[in-house]
Amino acid sequence: MRNGYVASIDQGTASSRCMVFDRAGRIVSVAQKEHRHHFPRPGWVEHDPKEIWGNVLTVVRDALDNAELSVHDIVALGIANQRETTVLWHRDTGEPVSNAVTWQDTRTDHLCRELAGDVGQHRFRDRCGLPLATYFSGPKIRWLLDRIPGLEERAEASQVLFGTMDSWLIWRFTGRHVTDVTNASRTMLMSLDATDWDDDLLDVMGVPRAMLPEIRPSAEIYGESGEPLAGLPIASALGDQHAALVGQTCFSPGEAKCTYGTGSFLVLNTGDQPVRSRNGLLTTLGYKLGAEPATYALEGSMAVTGALVQWFRDNIGLIGSAPEIETLARTVEDNGGCYFVPAFSGLFAPHWRSDARGVIAGLTGYIQKGHLARAILEATAWQTREVVESMNTDYGVPLAALRVDGGMTANNLLMQFLADVLDLPVVRPIVAETVSLGAAYAAGLAQGFWPDVQSLRTNWHKAAEWSPAMDARTREKGYRKWRKAVERTTDWVDDDD
Amino acid sequence: MPGHIQSIERAAAILRLLSGRTRRLGVGELAGELELPKGTVHGLLRTLQRVGFVEQDAESGKYQLGAALLHMGSSYLDGNELRTRALNWSDALAARSEESVRIGTLHENQVLVVHHVFRPDRSHQALEVGALLPVHATALGKALLAHHQYLAGELHRTGLRAYTGATITDLYRLRRELQDVRERGWAFEREELIEDISALACPIDDRRGLTVGAIGISGSSERLCDDGAPRDELVSYVREAARSVSRELGAIPW
Repeated sequence: MRNGYVASIDQGTASSRCMVFDRAGRIVSVAQKEHRHHFPRPGWVEHDPKEIWGNVLTVVRDALDNAELSVHDIVALGIANQRETTVLWHRDTGEPVSNAVTWQDTRTDHLCRELAGDVGQHRFRDRCGLPLATYFSGPKIRWLLDRIPGLEERAEASQVLFGTMDSWLIWRFTGRHVTDVTNASRTMLMSLDATDWDDDLLDVMGVPRAMLPEIRPSAEIYGESGEPLAGLPIASALGDQHAALVGQTCFSPGEAKCTYGTGSFLVLNTGDQPVRSRNGLLTTLGYKLGAEPATYALEGSMAVTGALVQWFRDNIGLIGSAPEIETLARTVEDNGGCYFVPAFSGLFAPHWRSDARGVIAGLTGYIQKGHLARAILEATAWQTREVVESMNTDYGVPLAALRVDGGMTANNLLMQFLADVLDLPVVRPIVAETVSLGAAYAAGLAQGFWPDVQSLRTNWHKAAEWSPAMDARTREKGYRKWRKAVERTTDWVDDDD
Repeated sequence: MPGHIQSIERAAAILRLLSGRTRRLGVGELAGELELPKGTVHGLLRTLQRVGFVEQDAESGKYQLGAALLHMGSSYLDGNELRTRALNWSDALAARSEESVRIGTLHENQVLVVHHVFRPDRSHQALEVGALLPVHATALGKALLAHHQYLAGELHRTGLRAYTGATITDLYRLRRELQDVRERGWAFEREELIEDISALACPIDDRRGLTVGAIGISGSSERLCDDGAPRDELVSYVREAARSVSRELGAIPW
């Protein structure tokens, strides 16, 4: 087998990044470029698809140059991307119809409530695995079709095309109009069971099938890039959290990873059958490797985790940098009875209560800033416990260990507390960049650079492990208090707010 | 040679004691440690408090380092901050060298391990974050000592304990070795703490060029060394990692 490298693009919310990996899964080179955010109105968040395409080409070039590699040294290029962000473009000119409507954009709030009607937020849950929420692409497409004159006719004639970021990039690279199952599963337009566009859902949302990409596996050679990276095979596409599942080599049913960032995403491999959640989780695709059956997943999203530490730093000002929260938290032995539920814009998984707002519970004269710092870190661990409990109930087999990645894994106090309250080992892998690694793994599998998932498992190494060390009584008392604090967040928002 | 200003020396001693402890200290404890009258220590603390270099806990009346001092951005660097900024580079070092990685800072004349990355193999390993290592018998310690020479003087007082037959117990020899470390930029530990285990380390500098920590690898001498000397490519991996972390902290690129 000839030597070589696999590259991947992580087209994220804040920036685009290219990483080059060797056969052992080690990082050889990195390049990154941020793009602009456009806020035309309150609640609207847009990206310029052409700027992003330009940045992607730049970071691939830079990553190759940094390691003194040429396109011929790269056997395959994979793509991981911010999920649900919606791009429409003209087939003949390749010009975007408008800026991309990002997943953070809440303009479809009213439309989602209209679609929910009397049945409620979970109207399409059985079919597509998702509740009606502003994140997902289907309603964003409908919103654009409604607002731009003549667009619907052109969409019906396949003259205007839809894609999430993966589709947009693959189309620019190869001229093919495709997406992968994981990205398609975030549109609310795909049937979970058929892993194909669902006519009923298309009908209800009013989205013409003619504008949609073909749904393909996550690992497959979609085509070769044209200039300026001529000949480079484009060989994978996955939503970022799905890529992280692959990067963490969670290839067996029952294995789960959680990525701790501004928000945090826990994803559990549930095997080749979708598991419908009765406990507020999302059902989604994990990945699909070539001709193998699709792997499904349950996902629990926590909107405010690292964001709470940032809030404490920027809005309260008791710490100068995010890592200092650990120093402050270590000035005290425990939380002093204080609990912080960061329901800043309502409660998400597994509660889904938009009428909730944040609460600091258990305040007494004894509480000082160190206790607050502890409560803030513990909030991330307790939220994870809630999601894990929902997963255990939905999936039926309790989790045996949690693989973690993301910036917050640098916080030892949090990671130990997480192991304590989950009563599970918490393990961090040696390559923290699991999103990029997962996209590279999928691309390398498609190209035969790695023979099978077993060979990827041997690349996975523990960088650190935290073992549970809390007695059951302390743990359960803490969880009981947390749940009482959560109860106190609801029914806060009134009609006249 | 100009005369020493005793009160500044004493104030510095207080700050050093406070920076070396994870808990707050009371006037009595400080006075005891410094062998000074309580009243003298109290006066020094009040002045330090006024300039923001120490803070007094309202409830217990005990003292800790003040925010002003912590934010001056001098040689003090929060260990948690250092770990966070070094995370990617220390992972890369462990992956490339296939050895375990530790980052240490100085703490009461010892090395405090603030970060630990497991050796990437299937062996069972336990996190050693928070462990204290002897400065004179470790590569991390020698990389730090080389740039904090005043501490070598303090070691004279405490003495150099022998951990193995190879531990340097003679202060003169240690000073000579630290001179070598400064000249070549990296420190070597040849089975000086544990039999058959060797280690390599380089200092991490901040934006003012002050050494705020050290990063290194350790493992069996068989893997780390050729003919008793550390393998060249391992030395270059550790140097590159230290450079990358220093750059991350804003040190002038070099």
